[in-house]
Amino acid sequence: MKHTAEAVIIGGGIIGCASAYYLAKKGCSVIVLEGSDYIGNGGSSRNGGGVRQSGRDPREIPMVMWGIQNVWPTLSEELGVDVEYTQKGNLRLGKTPAHLKILEGLTERAKACGLGVEMIDGDEVRKINPYLSEEVIGASFCPTDGHANPLTATLGYYKRARELGVRFITGEKVLKLLTVKGKIRKVVTENNTYEGEKVLVAAGYESRKITESVGIDIPMQKVKLTCLVTEAQPFMFEQMLGTAEADFYGHQSSHGSFVFGGSTGLEPCEKDNGHGISQSGSASCICRGIMKYFPALKDAKIVREWSGFIDECADKVPVISPVEEVPGLYLACGFTGHGFGIAPGAGVNIAEMMTEGNFTVDNMEDFRYDRFKAKI
Amino acid sequence: MNRVNDRSRDIGPFVPAGDDDMVICRCEEITKGEIRKAVHEGMYTITELRRYLRCGMGLCQGQTCSRLVKGIVAKELKVSPAQLEPAAARAPMRPTEMRILGHEEGVCR
Repeated sequence: MKHTAEAVIIGGGIIGCASAYYLAKKGCSVIVLEGSDYIGNGGSSRNGGGVRQSGRDPREIPMVMWGIQNVWPTLSEELGVDVEYTQKGNLRLGKTPAHLKILEGLTERAKACGLGVEMIDGDEVRKINPYLSEEVIGASFCPTDGHANPLTATLGYYKRARELGVRFITGEKVLKLLTVKGKIRKVVTENNTYEGEKVLVAAGYESRKITESVGIDIPMQKVKLTCLVTEAQPFMFEQMLGTAEADFYGHQSSHGSFVFGGSTGLEPCEKDNGHGISQSGSASCICRGIMKYFPALKDAKIVREWSGFIDECADKVPVISPVEEVPGLYLACGFTGHGFGIAPGAGVNIAEMMTEGNFTVDNMEDFRYDRFKAKI
Repeated sequence: MNRVNDRSRDIGPFVPAGDDDMVICRCEEITKGEIRKAVHEGMYTITELRRYLRCGMGLCQGQTCSRLVKGIVAKELKVSPAQLEPAAARAPMRPTEMRILGHEEGVCR
C-alpha cells in the first residue's frame, strides 16, 4: 500500500472530498484520510442542505456566488450522482421588527457585493410560499439561492474522486503533522505514516488539535446542532427557508420529506456527552418552531432526528489559507455550520490555491489563518 | 470501531445478476442491484449506503431490510456480515407527529 502522494488531505467531509476531486482533475495524486469510519460523517451529512448566498458574511459571498454560477447547476452530471440541486430561492423570515432590522442589514451588505436579494413584506412572502403563517411579517428573498442533498453531494464527490484515482482511507485518525527541513512532509496517524509535498487540513473542529502539532491554532469552538426529517409529504414548496436569527432552517426534499434544523439556544452550554447524540429536548423545540411558521405541518410525522457538530470560527467565516510558517501546509476549516453550500466553490478555490497559489475569486486575503486579533 | 478501511482495495468488478431487480428496501424501493452497484462505487459501509441510496431511511427506518442489506454488502465485499457496523438507530422509535413531539413539557436539554 503506497503511503505517499503529492497531496494528503486530512478530513473526508465535503470540503476534503471536493478538494480531492478538483486536485485529481488537475492531475495531482491525492490521499484522503478520514478519522471516523465513514466518509462525510461530520457536518457534511448532518446539515439542512442550504445552497444560499443571502444571509452570509460579505467575505463569503464571492466564493459562494461563483460556485452557484459555475458548479452547482451541472454538479449532478459532473459527479454522476443526483445531488437534487433546486434553485428556487431562499426566504429568510422575520417575525419581529428586530428580525427585520437584522435582515435589512444582511440584505444591504449582500447587495453591495452584487447579489440580487430584496426585502419583501409578509403578504409577498405568502405569495411565494402560501403555507407560511401570519406571524411572518417580512423576509429577505434571494431567487438564485436554493438547496441540495448534502448526503449524495458529499458521497458523489467521494465517488468521482475515487474514480479519478484518489485514495480514501477511513478509520485513520491523524495524531500529528511533522515537518522535514522546515517543510510539511509527514502525517502521522494511529496506525501509519503518510507523506505528501502538500497537506490540507479539512477536519472541521478536529483540525485544531492536528495543526497544534506544528504550532498553528485557529480560534474555533465545537457546537452541536440538531436536524430532523419528516416522512414523505405531498409537494408543498421548493424554496430554502431560514430565519433572521438562524434558529430554524430547512426545505422539502425532492423525495417529499421535510428536512429541518434548528436550535434550542442552549447549545453552547449543553453537557458534552462526547459524541453527536441529540439532546432530548432539541427535536421537540424544533417542532414547536416549525409549527409556528407552518401550522399545516402539525400532523407530519418525524421519522428521524440526528445531531452534528459545527466548527464555529471566532468570526464565523472559514479559514482557507496556506500557512506561511509551514510551507506546504494548507487549511480549510472553521466553516461554522454553513460549509455545505459553499463547498463546491471552496473545493475549486482550494485546488487552485494548492496548485497555483491563488484563488479563482479575488478575496483570498479574507480567509487567512492569521486574521484573528485581540480586541485591544 | 475506527478500523482502517482502504477504499481503493480491489473487490473485483460489479457483475450484473439475475435477481438484481429484487426490491430489498420496501419503504424506499431500493433493489439488490442498486445496493451491489453502490458498494462498487465505494460505499463500503451500511451508513454510507443509507445516505447514498436511502435504503433503510424510510418509514420503518431499516427495521425490515437492514439484515438483508448487511448480507448483500458483506457478500460484495467478501467479508463476514459480523464485520459490518450496523447504522446508528435514531430517535424517535416510531414516526411521531410534530404536534405530539413538540408538546413535551420537560426541561429542554
